[in-house]
Amino acid sequence: MAHYEFDMPVTEEQVRKLRINDTVTLNQTLYGIRDATQIHMFDHGRKTRFDLKGHAVIHTAPNVKWVGETQAHPSGYAPICIGTTTSARMERFTRPLMEQYGVRIIIGKGGLFAASAKAFSDLGGVYLAIIGGTAALETTWIEQIEEVDLDDLNPESLWKFRIKGFGPLLVAMDSHGGSLYTAVNASAKDKRAGVLAALGVKSGT
Amino acid sequence: MKVDPKQIEEACKELYIRALKMLPPDIKEGFRQLDSRESDATGKAILGTMIRNITVAEDTNNLLCQDTGIPIYNVTIGSNIDVDGYALKQAIVKGCERATKEHPLRSSVVHPTTRKNEHTSCGRQVPVINIDFVPESDMLAIEMIPKGSGSENNSWLKMAIPAEGIDAIKTFVIDCVLEAGGKSCPPVIVGVGVGGTADLCVHLSKVAATRPLGSHCADPEGAKLEEELSKVVNQLGVGAQGLGGDSTAFAVHVETAATHITMNPVAVNMQCHSARRARATFTPKGVGYGY
Repeated sequence: MAHYEFDMPVTEEQVRKLRINDTVTLNQTLYGIRDATQIHMFDHGRKTRFDLKGHAVIHTAPNVKWVGETQAHPSGYAPICIGTTTSARMERFTRPLMEQYGVRIIIGKGGLFAASAKAFSDLGGVYLAIIGGTAALETTWIEQIEEVDLDDLNPESLWKFRIKGFGPLLVAMDSHGGSLYTAVNASAKDKRAGVLAALGVKSGT
Repeated sequence: MKVDPKQIEEACKELYIRALKMLPPDIKEGFRQLDSRESDATGKAILGTMIRNITVAEDTNNLLCQDTGIPIYNVTIGSNIDVDGYALKQAIVKGCERATKEHPLRSSVVHPTTRKNEHTSCGRQVPVINIDFVPESDMLAIEMIPKGSGSENNSWLKMAIPAEGIDAIKTFVIDCVLEAGGKSCPPVIVGVGVGGTADLCVHLSKVAATRPLGSHCADPEGAKLEEELSKVVNQLGVGAQGLGGDSTAFAVHVETAATHITMNPVAVNMQCHSARRARATFTPKGVGYGY
């Protein structure tokens, strides 16, 4: 279990080094992306002007306040509360994000599934688990909302955040087929029969 | 006692913001208990971060979680209260909308097919408003629950049959916890509805999921069932955030209703660890805020 500090963006080589249970802290740039953002990018043919190559995206739709464009708030938005949503709904977008945009890191909560694990192996990517529901803390790692694209989808716009000390985040899926979720789910399913027996449930139900 | 709708509007605005920022004491106590029993290093670290987040939210006067949820207002009206029911409902919607615009809060509410967001946290039939009545009381209480989607997306109904008995109920609850895994942002409160019609059963599961920790089902049979399920649920090892350990759930809560001779319905609704709620109580002394 090693700890890494990444100044974004990163290379495939850097990402391939990561193994499950390692931890990573990110600096510089992070992109916020969500259901509607990706539905519009991959199902409705819309493009973003941002270069996501080698970057990390986080599954989020933030609470923001429009304050007008200033030096402190170049996007015109001040962050209020930025946290992370459940990744499972966005499973089918992992591969196109990596193939079409060169994304290397996905940050979310609750994990992704087999198709994402395969994309991480094939193309060199990882899933970093952040702790869901801890948005007040997460917000303190975000310095600024630098830019915003596809803002007609607000709050599900594509957000460019300036970050500092964003983490530590847990490597929960790596590029070598490792997934903490697969291991925990298999172990929990093994315990099902014992738990049902403890509840007095007759077998075969 | 007469209650002015303007006061209700103010309270409903205040309640939404309070609920998003301050976790009820029973949930904080639930965290302390899980933390003291957690044997897994990752689980322990995750609980530690969650507990830290509660303090950060209080210290920075910020929202606990970015998910402002679907707003739910549960109103309890004492029989000695004089209030215009229609004006009351309008005041709740107005208060909810004002909280969203004035704080401001992320509006998480969209039309179900066009996906259009009015940026008010309101829409057709939303906020959800439930109204109940209590006898001989000079009190009107409003409970506000911002129900996050991570947990709400983990909701299920099974119309089991009488021949499957209570075993079907227990099995279904355990299978739902397994199916939810880390998606519902555990540790969770597992809300279980047993009996009623299909819609009442689902409603009961929500009532159960949003009840304070330490409270018990008023039906002794429901109380027995929730105690049995609470004892074993953490043996599954799903753990905080679905990453393993002993902290899958704070508790399993059960609510029951009578059902049909041919029916055996069971519903499950999850409440995430950011188990937020706030309460305003109107009495002849004025308005008081709590949980």
